[in-house]
Amino acid sequence: MTLAKPTTKNKKLVIVQLSGGNDYLNTVVPYNNDLYYDFRPSVSVKPEDVIQIDQNIGFRTHMEPIKRLWDQGKVAIIHGIGYPNPNRSHFRSMDIWHTALPEDVGSEGWLGRTVRDLDPKSENPAKAVNFGRGLPRALQCRGIPVASVGDLATYGIMTDIEDLKLREYALDSFSKMYGGIQGKDAVMDFLGQTGLDALKGADILRQAPESYSSTVEYADNPMADALKSAAQVMFADLGTQIYFTQHGSFDTHSGEMFKHDLLWSEVGGAVGDFYDDIVEHNEQDDTTIFIYSEFGRRIKDNGSGTDHGSGGVAFLIGDSVNGGHYGEYPSLEEKEQLEGDLHFNNDFRITYTSILEQWFGLDAGDIVNGRFEKFNLFDS
Amino acid sequence: MSKSEIGLIAHLMRNAAFGETEPQLLNRSNNSYDQNLDSLLNPGEPDVMPQDIILRMNGSLDEGPGTGASDWMYRMVTTKNPLEEKLTLFFHGLFAVNYSVGNQARTQLNQIDTFRRFAFGSFKDLLLELSRDPAMIFFLNNNENVQGNVNENYGRELLELFAMGIGNYNEEDVKECSRAFTGWTIYNMEYMRVKAVKDSFSPFGRIAWHFEYRDHEHDHGDKTFLGEKGKFNGEDIIDIIARQPATARFICQRLFQFFAADKIEKEGANVISEMVRSYYENSYEIRSVMKTLFASDYFKSLASVNCRVRNPVELVVGALRISGSVSTPTPNVTAKLDTANFMGQGLLRPPSVEGWHEAEEWIDSGALVERVNFVAKEFRDHSQPGIKVLLDTFIGNKQKISPEELIDRCANLLGFINLESKTKESLTKHIERKCTDLNIHSKEIDITQLPEESIAELFSLISITPEYQMA
Repeated sequence: MTLAKPTTKNKKLVIVQLSGGNDYLNTVVPYNNDLYYDFRPSVSVKPEDVIQIDQNIGFRTHMEPIKRLWDQGKVAIIHGIGYPNPNRSHFRSMDIWHTALPEDVGSEGWLGRTVRDLDPKSENPAKAVNFGRGLPRALQCRGIPVASVGDLATYGIMTDIEDLKLREYALDSFSKMYGGIQGKDAVMDFLGQTGLDALKGADILRQAPESYSSTVEYADNPMADALKSAAQVMFADLGTQIYFTQHGSFDTHSGEMFKHDLLWSEVGGAVGDFYDDIVEHNEQDDTTIFIYSEFGRRIKDNGSGTDHGSGGVAFLIGDSVNGGHYGEYPSLEEKEQLEGDLHFNNDFRITYTSILEQWFGLDAGDIVNGRFEKFNLFDS
Repeated sequence: MSKSEIGLIAHLMRNAAFGETEPQLLNRSNNSYDQNLDSLLNPGEPDVMPQDIILRMNGSLDEGPGTGASDWMYRMVTTKNPLEEKLTLFFHGLFAVNYSVGNQARTQLNQIDTFRRFAFGSFKDLLLELSRDPAMIFFLNNNENVQGNVNENYGRELLELFAMGIGNYNEEDVKECSRAFTGWTIYNMEYMRVKAVKDSFSPFGRIAWHFEYRDHEHDHGDKTFLGEKGKFNGEDIIDIIARQPATARFICQRLFQFFAADKIEKEGANVISEMVRSYYENSYEIRSVMKTLFASDYFKSLASVNCRVRNPVELVVGALRISGSVSTPTPNVTAKLDTANFMGQGLLRPPSVEGWHEAEEWIDSGALVERVNFVAKEFRDHSQPGIKVLLDTFIGNKQKISPEELIDRCANLLGFINLESKTKESLTKHIERKCTDLNIHSKEIDITQLPEESIAELFSLISITPEYQMA
C-alpha cells in the first residue's frame, strides 16, 4: 500500500452533500449531444448558456467559480459515479452513500469511522463537525463524539439563556451532573461522557466566530452560511478535520429549470467564496472539498422536472487535487442506459478509498467495507 | 395515598404514558395503581382534534414528512389515551416504513391509524392488517409479488424483523411465506404511480393507496411452512406465525425493552416469560401482555427505574404535555413538534426497515445537545400555562425548607423524577449559590422569597440531568 503524505493530521475534508438527487445531466452538460436535447425537450441547459469545458461537455450556469478552479487544474470531476443495483429511494440511497454498504443496512457511517481512525482515543470532540441540526448517518459511529452545529453563533448547551450569570450556573451544574453520574452503570457512564464531550465540543467551537476575520463576503443563504461556519471553525485551528455540510433540496421533480438554477447559484457561489477564504487564510494546501449527491436523475424529463435516476457526478476540489476527468461520461444511447438512467461506471467507494488513503493516509478497508481500486485524485 | 405509591404511579405514567406532573398524579391517587393501569389499558375516546381539522390548521400533508409527523405529535401531546399512542409509536418503529415518493404522509398516517386501532388487540389481527397495509405493501414491494414471479421482500421481513426474528425459520420458509402472499397488492397502483412520478411535493388531491387481493395473481399451490403443509394463503401463514413460540418471545421481548428496560436482566427475563404465557392465554392479545408487564413485581418493585433511555418522541411529547406550550396545531407551533427529528427520531422517517437504533444509540453528543436545549427551554419559561400550574402549587405546607427538600419538591412536581445523590449534590450547590445571590438564607430557604423564574430554572436544571434522559 502506498500512503501519500507523511503528515496528515492537518488535512481537512469539507463535504458538500447535494441532498435530494442532483441532476448530473444539467450540471455537467453534454451540450454537443443531440440525444440530450431529444430526451430533455423542456428541462435542459441551452448550448449558449453552457460554460464550456471542451467540445462536448460544459458546466451549467452559475458554476463559474468551479470552472475557474478547473482551469487551474484544481478540480477532479468524477463522472458516472454510483454503485451496483442502484436504489432510487432518497433515504436508502443516501444511507448507502453514508454507510458505504450497498447491500446491507448499516448503522455506522464512513466519516464516523474516519474520525475514529483519525482520533482513536477520542481526544478532540471537535474532530468532526456537522453544520446542520441532527447527525447525518455518515458521521455516526458508536462512542465517537461529533458536534452537530445548527448555528455556530448560538451553538452549545442552553445558549438561549441570555443572562450570562444564569447561563454560567446552568453550565456549571450540567458539567457537575454529567461528570458526577459516572460509575453507576454502563449507560450512565456513557451518558455522562457524552454530556462532557458535548460541553467540551461546544466550548471549543464557540470560540471560532470570535477569532474569525476575512475579506470574503459570503452570500446570505444556508449553503453559504454553512461553509462560512466551516471556514470559521477551520481557521480557529481546533484540530477539526471533517466538515460536513449539505444543501438542497435537489429533488427537482417539478420546476427544475428554476430550482436547479437557484440551487447551483448558491452552491457555486458559496464554494467559490469558501475557496477564496481558505486561500486568504493559507489553508488551500490542506483542504479538499468533496461534492456529491445520493443519485442522479432520469435521462428523460417529465415536462417540468426530472425523476429519480442513477449514475451521478461528484467533484473533488482543492490545490492538492489532481484535476481532470475520472470515470467516463455515461452514454445517452438507449441501449447503454440502465432502466432509463445513466449507467454508473465507477463505485463511489473507489473515490472514498482514494480520499481516505491518499489524503488522510488511513487504511480504507474497514471504513468502506472492502477493498477497491483507487483513482489518483491527489498530486503526489 | 402513600408517597411510595404515588411514586409508583409516576413510574407507570413515565413508561406507559408520556409522564405526568404531581398535580396530575394527585388526581389519579383516588384510584389504586391497578385501577390506573386498567384505565390506561382500556381507554375511551381519545378526545383529540380530528385529523382533518388538524390538517386544515397545519397545512398540507403533501409537503414532505414533517407535516404528517407533527400532526401525529400533536395528537400525542393532546391525547387522553397516552398508552394507545405509545403502542402505536412502538409499532411504527417495529414495522418501520419510510416516507418516500410513493409512500406519502397520507398513506403513512393511514397505516399509523391502523396500528392505533389494533394496538391493544390480538397480535395476529395486527399482523394480518399489516400484510394488507398499502404503505407496507408498497414499501416492501409486495405489489410485485405475483404467482410465478415471487418477490420475497415482505415475506422475509415479516419473519425476520416483524414477528419472529432470525434463526427461527429457514430460507425455504421465506420462499413459501412469500408465495402465500402473492396477489396481496395495491388496487390503485397505476393511477398513483403516475401521480407519484410527476410530483413528489405538491400532488394536491392525492388519495392514499388501497389494498386489493387479486386471486388470479395468487399462487394457489401447496406450500410447506414451518413444518405445516397446505394450500396456504396469507391468512393461514399469519395463523401459523402467531402461534409460534418464537413469535410470542419476539413480541414480548420487544415490548419489554420499549416499555421497561433496555437490557434484559434475569428478573426481566422472568417477566418476559410471564408475558409470553399471557400472550397464549389471551388469544395473543397485546392488552393482556402489557398488563402482565406493568402489573409485574419487577416493574412495581421499581427495579426498572431509569433502566431505559427515553426515545426522542417521548422526551419531546412529555415536555410539551408538562409545559402546555402547544395549544392549536398551526404551523409555527407544530414546527417544534418535529424537533424529535433533530434528536434522531423523525416520525414517518425511520432510517430503514429495521426501525430506529434504540437504547444507548439515541444518545450522541449532537442529539444530547438538542434534547437538553429543548426540554430546558420548555421548563424555564414560567409564562407557559403548564409551568404556571406547577408554580401555583409550589408552596406547600412548609414555608422554610432545606436545599435538599427544595430539590425533592421540584423533582416531584415534574413527576417524581428519581435523581441520584451525586446529581442532588450538584443541584444543592447551585441552590446555595443562587440563594447567596438573592440574599436569602441558603440552608433554611424561605420559599416565598424565591422568584418564580428561579424555581422554573430549577425545573429546567432537573430536566437536563442524565436521569431525566431515562425512564
